[in-house]
Formats: sequence, C-alpha cells, structure tokens
Amino acid sequence: MVDGIASTETKHRDSHAGERGKAVFSPPIPAYHDAMETPSQILKVTVWRGGEAGDFATYEVPLKAGQTVLDLLGRIQRELEPSLAYRYSCRAGVCGSCAMTVNGRPRWTCRTLVSEVEEQGNLEIAPLANLPVIKDLVTDMTPFFEKWQKAKGRFYPGDTEKDRFARIRPDDPKRKAIDAAIECIGCGVCFSACDVVKWNDDYLGPAALNRAWSLTNDVRDGGQLERLRAVAGSGGCRACHSQQSCAEHCPKGLNPTAAIAGLKREIFKAALGGKL
Amino acid sequence: MRERLDLWMWMAHRASAFVMAPLVLAHMAVMIYAIDEGLSASEILSRTQGSMGWAAFYGLFVIAASVHAAAGLRTVAQEHLSCRSKVLDVAALLFALALMGMGFTAVAGVTLL
Repeated sequence: MVDGIASTETKHRDSHAGERGKAVFSPPIPAYHDAMETPSQILKVTVWRGGEAGDFATYEVPLKAGQTVLDLLGRIQRELEPSLAYRYSCRAGVCGSCAMTVNGRPRWTCRTLVSEVEEQGNLEIAPLANLPVIKDLVTDMTPFFEKWQKAKGRFYPGDTEKDRFARIRPDDPKRKAIDAAIECIGCGVCFSACDVVKWNDDYLGPAALNRAWSLTNDVRDGGQLERLRAVAGSGGCRACHSQQSCAEHCPKGLNPTAAIAGLKREIFKAALGGKL
Repeated sequence: MRERLDLWMWMAHRASAFVMAPLVLAHMAVMIYAIDEGLSASEILSRTQGSMGWAAFYGLFVIAASVHAAAGLRTVAQEHLSCRSKVLDVAALLFALALMGMGFTAVAGVTLL
C-alpha cells in the first residue's frame, strides 16, 4: 500500500482525450481516504514523453500535503507509467540530479513542493532546457560538464610536498568569495535558465564560470593563468549579459552573475598586464 | 588574433563606460542647471567659447561615447548575426569615426572662439 492506493489494483488508463488531444491517464480510485489526501484534489500533470521529438502526456494524480514534484513523478511511474524516465538520487537537495522544468521554470524537483508550483490544478513537467533530451525527463548532461572542463573548473595542485600548507583565514576576502560560490551542486538549473547559453553554443555557462571563479580565489591552485585564458575567450565570461537569470533560479541561492563579474575584472587586469 | 581583438574591443567598451559614467552625470547636472536658470543660447556660448575646460570635458565625452557605441554595436552584430567577419570590424571603425567627426564638430562649434 503506497500513497493511499492499493498496489494490487490493476492499472487504469482512462482513454478520454485530454488537452491538445493527448491521452489522459488516471490512477485507480483510492481504496481509502488518506488523511493527507482527498480525492477532490486531483492534479492534471502534463509530462514530456519521448526524446527531442516527443510530446506531452497528461496524467491525473491526487495532490498530497508535503508532496514534492519528485514524489509526484515517483507516483506516476509506480502507478500509471512504468516506462517514465527521470533522474534522481539523494532526494534531499544535495546531488543535483533531479532538476527539471516545472511550469516553465527550471527547478530542483526534490525540494519543490507541488502545492507551491501548481497552477489551478495544473502542472507541466519537462526536461531541462538547453540540453539534449535522452528520454522523457532525462537530459544528457555531457555538454554541461564538458564546459566545466573547458573553463578549467578543477583544482590544479600548485604546491609540492616541500611547501608549507597555505594558511587561509576565514575572513580573508578571497576565502569569502569562495564561500559565496562553493555550494554549487551541479544541477544544471542555471545552465537551463540562461538565455546566453540558449543562443550561444560556445558560452561556457554560469555554473562552469562560477566554479572557475571559486578556483580563481583559491591561493593553493596552480592553474590560475591557464584558467583565466580559458574564461577570457569569446565563449567565456565576456559573453555574459548579466541578466541574472542564473541567480534568480539557482536553488542554492548562489549568484553566478556576481562570480562572472569577478572573472571579468580579473581578465581585464590580466590583459592590461599583458598576461592574456 | 581575432580572439585578441575581441578581448581588447571588450576592454575598450568597458573602459569607455567607466569614463562616461561621471561625464554623463556631470552633463545631466549641466543640462538641469542651464534649464533651471533659463540660460539662453548666447549665455551658454559666452561661457563655453574659448573654454579649454569645456572643450576637454566634451572632447573626452565624444571619444568615450564613440568608442563605446561602436564596440557595443560590433558585439551586438556579432551575437545577433552569428558573424565574426572583418566587415563588422571595419563597419564599427567607420561608425566610431563618424561619431567622432560629428561630435568634435559640435564641440568645436560651442568651444572655439
């Protein structure tokens, strides 16, 4: 027995046509009234099915208090559509796996309450924008992470075993700049929300540049100049229009636009110094 | 080479904005003062003609605005046309020269005796 629905009941597919001529799938009638679920609260959930050339399918699912969008997808998969593909892991806002487009906005679905995003009983769930769709709600994150590498978004050891450990005070301005950028979970929400990513294939994107900025402030890192050269190119920080959609949508409350502004200052100084 | 040109054009765009910011504020203050005080054209010209200060102020303004506008339009054209042709470089240069020509003509008109 899961979510107030007898698991032994046969799946029921209502064949009446839904919006835009799509099939509407409904769950079986609950065997009992869950205290947190009332049959009167039925959501019409429109979910992307297929690859790049797919289409939306609509499912009717009971709304529960405290239910996240990820919970909702789990229910659809268990009760209505076993072939539905979506990606998740931790369910706790740590791994960054479950980002999707919910009612037109990229969000982390494991920490997004259905009650806060449904609009008059309707919810549309689509894969993240600006990434290739593998199947249903699963996107290919390869371009996203490849750009992290292009931005030199990894630590280059700068010290040898003969060097003393770097001493970094918590109130050091560079340490504070790292603190402001370090909590990125790599969910791809900013990448999906960014208009520059949308129309400039070369643009490295907010997450990769945010990571580059945190490393730029790491005094232990030995790849500083190489990284500045990587982010100074036409697809680097100069391409950012400072529209701040990344900061607006980041589920961790980070501000990649500010990080990119920091990179702009650094490449300006490096270019004046003849280093680029 | 092209990446380097793009980088320096971006820097010129940024630096010219930095120069223009205080000049715009000062220009607006001057405009508000002139209107509030009801200065006539002859009263304004009597203060600007022969003034090296006003010539330097608006001369610098013309240079910064010309560079900023041309570099910015070049970037906008590159992005919207998905084109990084040298034609855009030449067009941007001609545009900057045209703005400077008109600007300096105006500055000379109000500052030369």
